Amino acid sequence: MSKPDDKTTGISAGTDSTEAGSSSAGGIEKGQGNGDSGFVILFFIIGFVASLIIGWVVFPKLLYSQKAQPIDFNHALHLEAVSDGCESCHLFREDGTYAGVPSNAQCVDCHQEVQGDSPEEKKFVEEYVAKEREVPWLVYSKQPDCVFFSHAAHVKKAGMECITCHGPIGESTSLQVYEENRITGYSRNIWGKNIAGIKREPWDRMKMDDCAECHEKEAGKRSSVQTDKEACFVCHK
Amino acid sequence: MKEEQNHEKAKQFGMVIDLDKCTGCGACMVACMAENNVPFKEDESKKLDSITWLRVYKLTNGKPFPDTEICYLPRPCQHCGGKGNHGHSPCVSVCPATATDYSKETGIVSQIYTRCFGCRYCMAACPYHARYFNWWDPVWPDGMEKYLSPNVSVRMRGIVEKCSFCFHRYQIAMDKAYYEGRGELEENEYQTACTQACPANAITFGDLNNSGHAVHELKKDKNAFRLLERLQTNPKVYYISSREWVRRAGDNYLKTEKK
Repeated sequence: MSKPDDKTTGISAGTDSTEAGSSSAGGIEKGQGNGDSGFVILFFIIGFVASLIIGWVVFPKLLYSQKAQPIDFNHALHLEAVSDGCESCHLFREDGTYAGVPSNAQCVDCHQEVQGDSPEEKKFVEEYVAKEREVPWLVYSKQPDCVFFSHAAHVKKAGMECITCHGPIGESTSLQVYEENRITGYSRNIWGKNIAGIKREPWDRMKMDDCAECHEKEAGKRSSVQTDKEACFVCHK
Repeated sequence: MKEEQNHEKAKQFGMVIDLDKCTGCGACMVACMAENNVPFKEDESKKLDSITWLRVYKLTNGKPFPDTEICYLPRPCQHCGGKGNHGHSPCVSVCPATATDYSKETGIVSQIYTRCFGCRYCMAACPYHARYFNWWDPVWPDGMEKYLSPNVSVRMRGIVEKCSFCFHRYQIAMDKAYYEGRGELEENEYQTACTQACPANAITFGDLNNSGHAVHELKKDKNAFRLLERLQTNPKVYYISSREWVRRAGDNYLKTEKK
């Protein structure tokens, strides 16, 4: 019982002395210029808020240009019609490489003629199928030259589902706007939508740390002499 | 060597080059440059500027005619395992940027170009001159950039590059293996560009730890040697020559010293 009492008295004594010190110092400042320091603080707050707005709201808007995909593709509609899920269209080639975005050849079986009343489908058939032009899709996941990524290693060897990294794209009825970084030319999906860099889902961001995070947790290989993590050449080329 | 056998699953990719077979034609050098997007200069005779991941050296025994003998020695990166084969190769040990790394899984010394900042410590450390510095950005003749390999990233000015044992070919081969439900590669699925280009079959490439691969036996040849073995860099490139003066040229010996 005696101990807490000692403490409280000790603390109160401490605060007493600091209060006394600060009040005497504050008294001198107040006497000299009350208005000046008020303005300084006000301008500081205004400047601080303004730079926050510029940095977090205005700059990202300026940095990214918005581009619409040539065709607004409806994933949900197509996923109902196919039998083999994502791999019906996004398939592996026989040499183990990943075909990524399908080419027209995979679409023309159904879309030789306009089937429904969707203006997007009409555009696809008239502009691309009839003219035998490939659709210049904008690829959200395009990485720099130095990055090597193997779909086979993740899907075939590790047995991961598409949704684990890509999210519920199959349920979307419309493609998201492609935001291109005006300086680097890469999609905003690489850096992530959140300007603070906060990631909630695996598909929010595609930076090196995001790959490394999972590789450290899941793969658990420690083949690198330098880092004692997974060797650099696994993802770099 | 005992160390190697302990890691049964770990691969140690390496090369055995038969110098008796090498004619010095340079096909390996050309194949390497084409495969790995190695930039070239207008004046390739300026050796401080030129980049050759694989360089064919010409050795002579220094004797006057008619005893003159010549030997050609192709020199890729030796992918040193370092003393005790722990992966502490000279370049990996000195890199302050973690740009060069040794993989215990494949035994390959990697160079990450985007990570390198060009201090060139590794070039100073490498006793084989296997590393090259990009003094200039690569300039490709008009239209040639369309012929570059997409599997190898192009390097820029101010960084160091070197032979990777065509690691991208390993990645591509592994992709196919995964697709077919395998975890291991056949010997012929992963071969370097120089190995395949050699018309004399002087270069043999494979996993030194795998007894099914040709290099496993070839490295035990009585005429097999490695370059500068005394430094204990533990290279993974072996050379074979039936000529004693060539074997002696692989290291520095005093005149009175026997090998």
